Amino acid sequence: MSEVENNWEKRPAEVAFRSITKRFPPDILANDRVSFEVKKGTVHALLGENGAGKTTLMNILYGLFSPDEGEIIIRGKSVKISSPREAINLGIGMIHQHFKLIPTHAVAENIVLGLTSIPFFFPAEKAEAEIKSLSEKYGLKVDPRAHVWQLSAGEKQKVEILKALYRKANILILDEPTSVLTPQEAEELFATLRAMKEEGKTCIFITHKLNEVKEIADAVTVMRKGKVVSTILPSQVSLEELARMTVGKEVISVVPRKTISDKIVLRLQDVSAMGDRDFPALLNLSLSVREGEIVGVAGIAGNGQKELAEVIVGLRQASRGHIFLEDKEITNLLPRDIASLGVAYIPEERNQGLVGEMSVAENLLLRGYYQPPFSQGFWVDWEKAEAYSEKLISHYQINPPLSDIPVRLLSGGNRQRVIIARELEQKPKLVVASNPTAGLDVSGVEAIHKLLVKAQEKGAGILLISGDLDELLKLSNRIVIMFRGEIVGEKEKEHWTEEDRREIGLGMGGVRR
Amino acid sequence: MGRKKFTQFHIELSLQPTILSIVFFSLLAIILAFACGGVIFLFYHISPGVGYQTFFQGSLGSWYAFSETLKRTIPLLLVGEGLSLAFRAQVLNIGAEGQILLGAVAATWVALFSGLPSFLLLPTMFILGFLAGAGWALVPAIFKTRFAVNEVLSTLMLNYVASNLVLYLIAGPWKGKGVRGFTYTDTFPEAAWLKTMGITRVPYFTLLVGIAIAIGGYFFLKKSALGFELRIVGSSPETARFLGINEEKIVLFTMFISGGLSGFAGVGEVAGIHHLLRHPDHISLGYGFTAIIVAWLARANPLATILTSFLFGALLSGGDALRVSLGIPFQVVSVFNGLILFFLISTEHLSRYRIIWKDKKAVEKNGS
Repeated sequence: MSEVENNWEKRPAEVAFRSITKRFPPDILANDRVSFEVKKGTVHALLGENGAGKTTLMNILYGLFSPDEGEIIIRGKSVKISSPREAINLGIGMIHQHFKLIPTHAVAENIVLGLTSIPFFFPAEKAEAEIKSLSEKYGLKVDPRAHVWQLSAGEKQKVEILKALYRKANILILDEPTSVLTPQEAEELFATLRAMKEEGKTCIFITHKLNEVKEIADAVTVMRKGKVVSTILPSQVSLEELARMTVGKEVISVVPRKTISDKIVLRLQDVSAMGDRDFPALLNLSLSVREGEIVGVAGIAGNGQKELAEVIVGLRQASRGHIFLEDKEITNLLPRDIASLGVAYIPEERNQGLVGEMSVAENLLLRGYYQPPFSQGFWVDWEKAEAYSEKLISHYQINPPLSDIPVRLLSGGNRQRVIIARELEQKPKLVVASNPTAGLDVSGVEAIHKLLVKAQEKGAGILLISGDLDELLKLSNRIVIMFRGEIVGEKEKEHWTEEDRREIGLGMGGVRR
Repeated sequence: MGRKKFTQFHIELSLQPTILSIVFFSLLAIILAFACGGVIFLFYHISPGVGYQTFFQGSLGSWYAFSETLKRTIPLLLVGEGLSLAFRAQVLNIGAEGQILLGAVAATWVALFSGLPSFLLLPTMFILGFLAGAGWALVPAIFKTRFAVNEVLSTLMLNYVASNLVLYLIAGPWKGKGVRGFTYTDTFPEAAWLKTMGITRVPYFTLLVGIAIAIGGYFFLKKSALGFELRIVGSSPETARFLGINEEKIVLFTMFISGGLSGFAGVGEVAGIHHLLRHPDHISLGYGFTAIIVAWLARANPLATILTSFLFGALLSGGDALRVSLGIPFQVVSVFNGLILFFLISTEHLSRYRIIWKDKKAVEKNGS
């Protein structure tokens, strides 16, 4: 046994789960005899696919659910936590995936909200000094007087962390904290977590991103289908092993096609467009995508990527410039006309591409309902649509394989499959995909990548906009870097190296070469 | 055995409300509303038992009562169907009351002042009445699509304009020659009267149209391309934009149809029952507002409006019987309407839950 492991075993446990079982009737076993220990002063990652039971377990720790069996031990004492208030009294804080802040209130007011000790008038005034000192100590820079609606997602998260720290949290639960952050903000979060560790605080970090485990966690518990697979030190396993443990089988990565014809599918020529706040979001942007080529668009969110996608598919007006699909100009055509010319769009907001209340079959028909073979004009042939959706469900492996349930009941990955199935079935010449794998777990990401590469093999040009640099390096034949509405760099390669990654990362921050 | 367990059932969130649970909770809402409404009878020193008996006698207790219920069902059905379409597209038309009156006004003009030959009177009244209601509804629809004016406010306000227009007409230019101090118009020529069933006051033309439209509307929403678009706009405007669906077209279309059907119902009232234009409160009895609840209770399903409009028709005729037999003001019906809507909204969430009964052995096993 190595020294590290020896020391590890000797460290005191802050939280211990003993055989926690939680059932959701009728037959969902969310947690099945879950046991592991979280050591004091560490960052402990909880890794697993969607539905592995991570969030359920943390909700039990935070007093939102009560376990059917088993016990929780905190600092050596068996405790029964029946409400979040009790959890807070035990020094537990939880940062939810979706922030629970009041947008119209100031940061300091949000932080003291709900505390019994605060004065009736000017509740936040006295707290400001302490908030300032906390934010300096842990590198959580936010103006206590700013209103929450003015803050970015990263800043809101900082407020949530401050809120927990202000309540003297010693154990901080973070539920997929990086899913809303830019890479820079994620780095800042990790710095904060390290500072908290120094202070002897303990963090439980829910994630399904493997490289985050490697980067920040001192220990990792892998969960699958409600059970603990293993609790190990990240230094002792490779990324591949971690992936296999989470998914339960070998993960085979797809390889994109490397040879590309020189026929141009999409060409943007000096295109400018306004953003939502009447601020120029695209500035004289020129770009082209060839047949069978995946062009990755790298950049920090908010540098015009969303507007770029929308201007191509017709959801946003180009204020100048020209857009061509093959030889046909499509600038400012109606979205439906652009789609029927062969442009598929996988939007960043999944809800934009689906109608949650409608069935899977209806959602699969959102592009085709008004044209043959499904409609000759007034009526829609729903029998044909039913058969069509059965075919797509099996071909794209949509799970559960039912065409008549509302699409909102599907998991994120399966909802994305519904969108991709529908869009790719239009036999597109061009696919515009905006963060197509955001929020998906390892196997979900692989499945989506496979579908994109398949479309590429069929000759579609793909414009892949992604905030995930690893995804771009894995799939792209060519990468362009966007910064403040312009393309500030471009690279074409067969194999991407660490050097390329660094260079692109710098470009994303606005460093030109 | 460890702890004792008293609960033999548990309640869980079901992912999708079943039709059965929707029906169950709708009935529950109605029953609760009646239970609470019983208090009103006590205020009038009438035992609730007697009150309810009078109520049911007056709405369903005899063929005559049944026909009175049916008479009130017809306008609720026509208006409720139109509102169902509008509500499905999330277009909140609260102006059906005014649209009914405009239909009645147009019909009155045709019947009294157009000078058309007799055989053309009724068809023209219904066509112009439909168009008048539709046109009245298109005003707020255009304001919504062009200037983003909230249709709830604009349609609601136009009700008062329509009501005052009728008052002006019956007291001013259209005041009947032989009515002396009363404010209403002359009686329509008999060619402008709708045929009624036997000796009742139920015009069967509008009833048949109402039923036909309920069936047609159901298939329109379920099977047609336009109905599909309408539902997409209603449940996810974001997605409609993503797909390039013309939202303005849907808003104008649903307002045109719902306004038109209200106007059509207004024609039915003056041509079938009153045979003249009179005070707005007498022409409509608040049908335009009650139909909102009719559509809501039917979950905006045109086919289900047949049932719900009949239910509210019964409520209105039962209320009438209360007034005649027991001297309770007719406005009591509005209290019932309000209570039913109140309980419907409050039980809405419950229909998403299921009660699961555990058999005793399972309970003991779990408890041990």
